[in-house]
Amino acid sequence: MEPILQIQHLTHTYGVGTPFQRSAVEDMSFDVRDGEFLGVIGHTGSGKSTLIQHLNGLLRPTSGRVLLRGKDIWAEPKKIRDVRFQVGLVFQYPEYQLFEETVYKDIAFGPTNQGLTGAELDRRVREAARLVGVRDDQLDKSPFELSGGQKRRVALAGVMAMEPEVLVLDEPTAGLDPAGRENLMANIRDYHRNKKRTIILVSHSMDEIARNVDRILVLKSGHVLLQGTPAEVFARAEELLSAGLDVPQVTRVARALRERGLAIDPAVYTVEALERELTALREGGASC
Amino acid sequence: MEDAIIETKDLTFSYPADEGEEPVPALRGVDLAIERGSFVVVLGHNGSGKSTLAKTFNGVLLPTGGHVYVDGMDTADEDKLLAIRRTVGMVFQNPDNQIVANVVEEDVAFAPENLGVPTEEIRRRVDEALRLVDMSAFVRHAPHLLSGGQKQRIAIAGVIAMEPACIVLDEATAMLDPVGRREVLTAVHRLNRERGTTVVLITHHMNEAEDADRVIVMDDGRVAMDGTPREIFTRVEELRAMGLTVPDTVDLLDRLRRDGWDVPLDALTAEACADAVFAAANK
Repeated sequence: MEPILQIQHLTHTYGVGTPFQRSAVEDMSFDVRDGEFLGVIGHTGSGKSTLIQHLNGLLRPTSGRVLLRGKDIWAEPKKIRDVRFQVGLVFQYPEYQLFEETVYKDIAFGPTNQGLTGAELDRRVREAARLVGVRDDQLDKSPFELSGGQKRRVALAGVMAMEPEVLVLDEPTAGLDPAGRENLMANIRDYHRNKKRTIILVSHSMDEIARNVDRILVLKSGHVLLQGTPAEVFARAEELLSAGLDVPQVTRVARALRERGLAIDPAVYTVEALERELTALREGGASC
Repeated sequence: MEDAIIETKDLTFSYPADEGEEPVPALRGVDLAIERGSFVVVLGHNGSGKSTLAKTFNGVLLPTGGHVYVDGMDTADEDKLLAIRRTVGMVFQNPDNQIVANVVEEDVAFAPENLGVPTEEIRRRVDEALRLVDMSAFVRHAPHLLSGGQKQRIAIAGVIAMEPACIVLDEATAMLDPVGRREVLTAVHRLNRERGTTVVLITHHMNEAEDADRVIVMDDGRVAMDGTPREIFTRVEELRAMGLTVPDTVDLLDRLRRDGWDVPLDALTAEACADAVFAAANK
């Protein structure tokens, strides 16, 4: 099947011709598969933010191309607005971008701009609100009366209501407490399951990425360092660590056990999987 | 406690409510003594009261009931407010809201200048503060071009330059990436170790509490747990019930114990956890 997004030799250089000239993304190529849940991880300065701003045409490549369903998004620059409806971008701390009088109007803003009205608009708003756990009685409230975590859900619903083919989330759980993080990720997983739409999750947290995505893209200094399933990527823990990136704590324990001579699969990255490995080892008898 | 830098006595606090509504208490009777020179981590989920508590520690919020004493001074005593703020410095969540100058050294010098500290003394304090947070190389840089972790360390240096006996970090790592978080933690541990400054770190990141002397867990406006990191982290069920997660190492050990393994619960780091599992596997 044709990938939904193809990034081909993408380079973006800031400050061309000034002493501060610097390529944040350099000759980067990868595909995003239709319907997948892709995690993007990398340090501050790895090029994550620059990359995602290319996916819906907020930034124009210095060189290289971004294809959406096989078509260069910059083929007709006047139609770049259509691309923004198809690739929805949720920035960090999106709650700072709320502005309408009611929660309902705020969620309806994007789909209204798409030209939706009446019953379809109403369906989109209510469905998106339900997906992120915003209650019906909260729809008429001012968004500014809500707690920080709820505001963030409203901002997310505003983008989900546009039903973009690709939803790009930049650090959606930053600053939330563990319970808030887990709730929001559960909402995002529900959306993915119900809508079967592609999601790209940008995160600093290896543990969050490990628990949620189908495939991981690891960025380093504007390049793709590694890509693959979580098991494939975490099996190469040495490379991640030498690139100054974290690995899940469970992967660290598994590595330490291997160093001590236990035959643990280097690809385990969840507590459940490691527990199963250890139980199997014990039942198998020989540990060393 | 013999030598408490901060002491709360039956402390309650309610935020003002809208007309016709009952105020909801954020703190419901907190009795705590923070020992001088200690490194204390306060954990809790959003709404547990941990940030409200922190803001009572230097009079940003005044108690609606009970008292807070800083070095023996009641924070409700207006005449003492300046002395209290010099004793307990605060660092907040968003570094961008805490930086005032266009050059790093001027930003760090801002508070001591306002206190009327002599010029040579300011120079010494600024250099020392930047050394402690490992930012000496950035003395003439523009703060807005620094990373989040670097900016937060400048904000901390600005507080250190006032030479407070205690520094309170109110979710100061929440907006930072893992590298920035580590930089800030290293800086405050060093401050605690080298200068004996009392550190109170408010966070919801469990792993930031691993190296603390003491962990206080807040829940529903009260102190729910109080002890060493080992004592706290092994109370797996209670922590989960309060919406907090336990480190994956403790989670693994907890599961293995249920499976009949003879392992301790208090091996927090990956290495210690592997040692414990390895020892049990060879029994």
